[in-house]
Amino acid sequence: MESEYGAENEQSPPAAVGRQPGPVAAIRMRRDADLAAALRKRPRVGEMIIRYVLLFCGLVSIFTTVGIVIVNTTTAIEFFTVDEVSPIDFFTNTVWRPAAYNPDATYNPGLIPIGVLPLLYATLFTSFIALIVAVPLGLGSAIYLAEYAPERVRNTLKPILEILAGIPTVVLGYFALTFMTPLLQAIPGLNVQIFNMAAPGLVMGVMIIPTISSMSEDAISSVPRELREASYGLGATRFESITKVVLPAALSGLVAAFILGLARAVGETMIVALAAGSAPADLLNNFLNPFVAGETMTGHIARITGGDLPYDSIQYRSLFAIGLTLFVSTLALNLISQWVSRRFREAYE
Amino acid sequence: MTQNGAYAIELKDVSVYYGDNLAVDKVNLKIQNQKITAFIGPSGCGKSTVLRALNRMNDLISSARVEGEVIFREQNLYGPNIDPVEVRRRIGMVFQKPNPFPKSIFDNVAYGPRLLGIRNRHDLSDIVESSLKGAYLWDEVRQDLKKSGLALSGGQQQRLCIARTIAVEPEIILMDEPASALDPISTQAIEELMKDLVQNQKFTIIIVTHNMQQAQRVSDYTAFYSIRKAEETEGKERRWGVLVEFEPTRQLFESPKSEETERYIGGEFG
Amino acid sequence: MNTDNTQNTPNPENPEQAEDGAPRVENVNPTGGVALPDLESFRKRLVNRQRRGSIWARFMSLSLVVAIVALLALAYNIVDAAFGYVLTENVIEPTEVVEFVLTDVRNDTTTDPATVDLATLGASELAAVLREYQEPRLRVYIRDFLSVVPDDEFTQAPIRESLAGSSFRGQFADLTINDLDAAEWTLILGNNIPQDRLVGLVRTEVIGERILETWSLTESVTGFAEIDEARVAAVEGQNPNARLEFRSWLNINFLISPMSTNPAIAGIRTALLGTLWVMIITVGFSFPLGVGAALYLQEYADDNWLTRVISTNIRNLAGVPSIIYGLLGLSVFVIALEGITTGRSILSASLTLGLLILPVMIVNSQEALRAVPPSVREGSYGLGATRWQTIWRSVLPAAMPGILTGTILGMSRAIGETAPLLALGASTFLVVDPSGPFSRFTVLPIQIYQWTSRPSDQWRSLASAAIIVLIILLLSLNAAAIYMRQRFRRKLQP
Repeated sequence: MESEYGAENEQSPPAAVGRQPGPVAAIRMRRDADLAAALRKRPRVGEMIIRYVLLFCGLVSIFTTVGIVIVNTTTAIEFFTVDEVSPIDFFTNTVWRPAAYNPDATYNPGLIPIGVLPLLYATLFTSFIALIVAVPLGLGSAIYLAEYAPERVRNTLKPILEILAGIPTVVLGYFALTFMTPLLQAIPGLNVQIFNMAAPGLVMGVMIIPTISSMSEDAISSVPRELREASYGLGATRFESITKVVLPAALSGLVAAFILGLARAVGETMIVALAAGSAPADLLNNFLNPFVAGETMTGHIARITGGDLPYDSIQYRSLFAIGLTLFVSTLALNLISQWVSRRFREAYE
Repeated sequence: MTQNGAYAIELKDVSVYYGDNLAVDKVNLKIQNQKITAFIGPSGCGKSTVLRALNRMNDLISSARVEGEVIFREQNLYGPNIDPVEVRRRIGMVFQKPNPFPKSIFDNVAYGPRLLGIRNRHDLSDIVESSLKGAYLWDEVRQDLKKSGLALSGGQQQRLCIARTIAVEPEIILMDEPASALDPISTQAIEELMKDLVQNQKFTIIIVTHNMQQAQRVSDYTAFYSIRKAEETEGKERRWGVLVEFEPTRQLFESPKSEETERYIGGEFG
Repeated sequence: MNTDNTQNTPNPENPEQAEDGAPRVENVNPTGGVALPDLESFRKRLVNRQRRGSIWARFMSLSLVVAIVALLALAYNIVDAAFGYVLTENVIEPTEVVEFVLTDVRNDTTTDPATVDLATLGASELAAVLREYQEPRLRVYIRDFLSVVPDDEFTQAPIRESLAGSSFRGQFADLTINDLDAAEWTLILGNNIPQDRLVGLVRTEVIGERILETWSLTESVTGFAEIDEARVAAVEGQNPNARLEFRSWLNINFLISPMSTNPAIAGIRTALLGTLWVMIITVGFSFPLGVGAALYLQEYADDNWLTRVISTNIRNLAGVPSIIYGLLGLSVFVIALEGITTGRSILSASLTLGLLILPVMIVNSQEALRAVPPSVREGSYGLGATRWQTIWRSVLPAAMPGILTGTILGMSRAIGETAPLLALGASTFLVVDPSGPFSRFTVLPIQIYQWTSRPSDQWRSLASAAIIVLIILLLSLNAAAIYMRQRFRRKLQP
């Protein structure tokens, strides 16, 4: 056997009627004179390098997260350890007015009036307004698309929601400032300031409709058909089946969608930066008034970083304390949303 | 040809596991050179698993594990120092569903040679032409080698896959139900091609087939696999495949030694 | 309601119509003891239930209508501001400037000034115009455009230093700018400032087109009488040269002019170029990283803790607010790596945006890789290819259209991002074209933000014109993505 192969490969073409060996055969057969050597495992350095390069690409996302955490925490710690700042005061003081620092003030002497509550309040308030708009509208359109709309209608309407989702938020900010605010101001009996929390809240609501709608639609569509049929079979109307069977069954999926929508509203910057004003909300005199200005956490970061504050000032460092708050809260919301929706999926798999 | 133990490939106590589950138990086989050997048996008997063990395609499934020895020209392919990539260059494979790459016909056939480092356009053209001729496809596609391989009919696609395989001149071609997705006319073309590959082009072919007539028509030797079952606790059942009988095809179909073979070819199960 | 005991189950396929057919309920009570509502009241209640259902159904379809109305309102709002009548006034008419050039510089009295466009005049001619009309300010122009020393040293420094890099006569090298005369200043301007910048300078400084008042498209269509009244009032009052014209704020000059303090001639040239630069570098950075990470996760990684951490992390990064990326970029790229990125540069912006869209790129690429059938990989391995050969020669080419589609979608996310760039410190007023990765930058969304946040209508009109440009860019990107997706589908299923 060995000799047969050897002889054929080294010298003459195969004796039989077969084809002449092409260039490949030539290469292969020459190498195969010693098959053991040819089959021997050799280090493929290139393959190894590529594997590690690709692993590095995958790790970049980890570096990003680590970078975000480190950058925000270290600067936030620098901020909190300054004499004029106390972490407790930061989270409890109802005034954000670092420029009005007076060491001899009677209220909290020695501390800069730098309480995050007004910013947090504006963030939550605008997000709340957004949810008031987006939850019913997003859910309504999801139910309509999943349960009522004929295929053709759905195919034309869904791209419209996608367009809405793709509009840059700076454009929506323009819309809030130049359309929504004048619209609100035109309502008689309302005293609406140029910069207010209602207009950006409403527009953010429109912004997160697609998020809530598409996630809710997924949740509704994945409720098993048998449940619906069981309900119909018991004499329920379509609407009764939806409200009493389908929606409760999809509840955790819907909750996940709302939470994700909330997270997007909390993290949204441009709409509030343009339309909610650049003054911290006045918690004492205008609490829960949506028609007055109220700078949010994101809006504040955007405005101050966009300015020319020195990088070693207390106020600059305070941005990272806000950033950390923002990062932790949106991360928590995202994780809760994922956890809820995973539990929902488990229920039907 | 068969003297001096001149086998194309030899299996010694080959067992395949998926995770902890035994899939095929201790197969011993000696495949003859330049012959067509068919693997037949009911679904789940592990015949495809054995076939894929021959060129270490099972390595691509992370849970798969092979025990025993596969001897290819005195080399144990599962030996400690064997490179599976080199093995697959010498033992080619044609799959159940035609799977041309989404590239031109030319690039499909030139794929293997390019892997071997052949860049010269002239050499590549030579190889493509001779391989397509070898796969009986040249006359049909010579005008449009630039056309996508996916634009061909199913039977042509499968012959393209064969051309692609023979372009690297393997010594053995493994075929996993190569005609099961094809119409009868294409099937016939493939079968004739297989005979030609063995008789005139000096390849060794091992084919897995569901179709006993096909095995009878094309193969020189046939291996019959079957399923063994064992009751486990709580009514759970374990199943694995075994090699029942391996004979020249005619002998196996006309006078099977095993009763199980006889029942299978008689159409009683499977 | 006990409807389960009646035989009148609405047709599940079409429950809404169930009330149409007369229910054939026999008044038999199979459950004996429990009393069922009689037929008449049941029918009545059913009709009510159906009515309630259809009202709610209408409300649900209405919520989509609200979304559509919001979109339409947005479109209307933008278009409304981007077109409309404006009342403008020139301090000096362009024809007068041209006439000056023809007669005093070219000695050409035969050509009709009205037939020559200002923009076609030569650099030295434009410099002569500046001297004719704004002689006292010539030094200011030199300082603003050419000086390389701080403003307060400009008049004392020898021009060898102050105008380093510009061309001037060698014999003046040690003199200060004040030692030269107007003729020399004109020469320096004409020789060193590019013609298109001089055109802009003449427009602002000499012609001085000012916009006195603007009207929206709606006002222009419905209230021309009032608009004309305003014109008459202006002409009879302080602005005798005021002229009414219908202006499309989106026009060629808008696209090719740099930023200006005068809304009449401000444009988005710098911002457009900035967006282009930032996009190219962003994609150049995040495409290989994103595809590489996707390849690792999809083709190499075993299911171990590291892989799970990476995947979970990518999912969560997608939900991090973009302004947080801005803070990251500010600390890392702008401040910590200033030596490499030169601070607030196009490179810093691109790296930040690259990280921002990385999760999108990875997820989309993974999806494209998953769509490549396993048979393609098997076929390649079966021919003796290594893993990387299989990926490079088979898997990637097959997945490439899908990956490119995902990349375009990632780009369209990046192209509209404003907040992180704002945080990085994008330039608010930039008239110099970006020339490379280390230039300072502004981008289209930043420009829109700037203009929107100014109070007067003229800036809003500019903002809306810029928004239209941005949206056209976005739509073309998405159209490209859809086109690629269609081609991809056709390719995979012949």
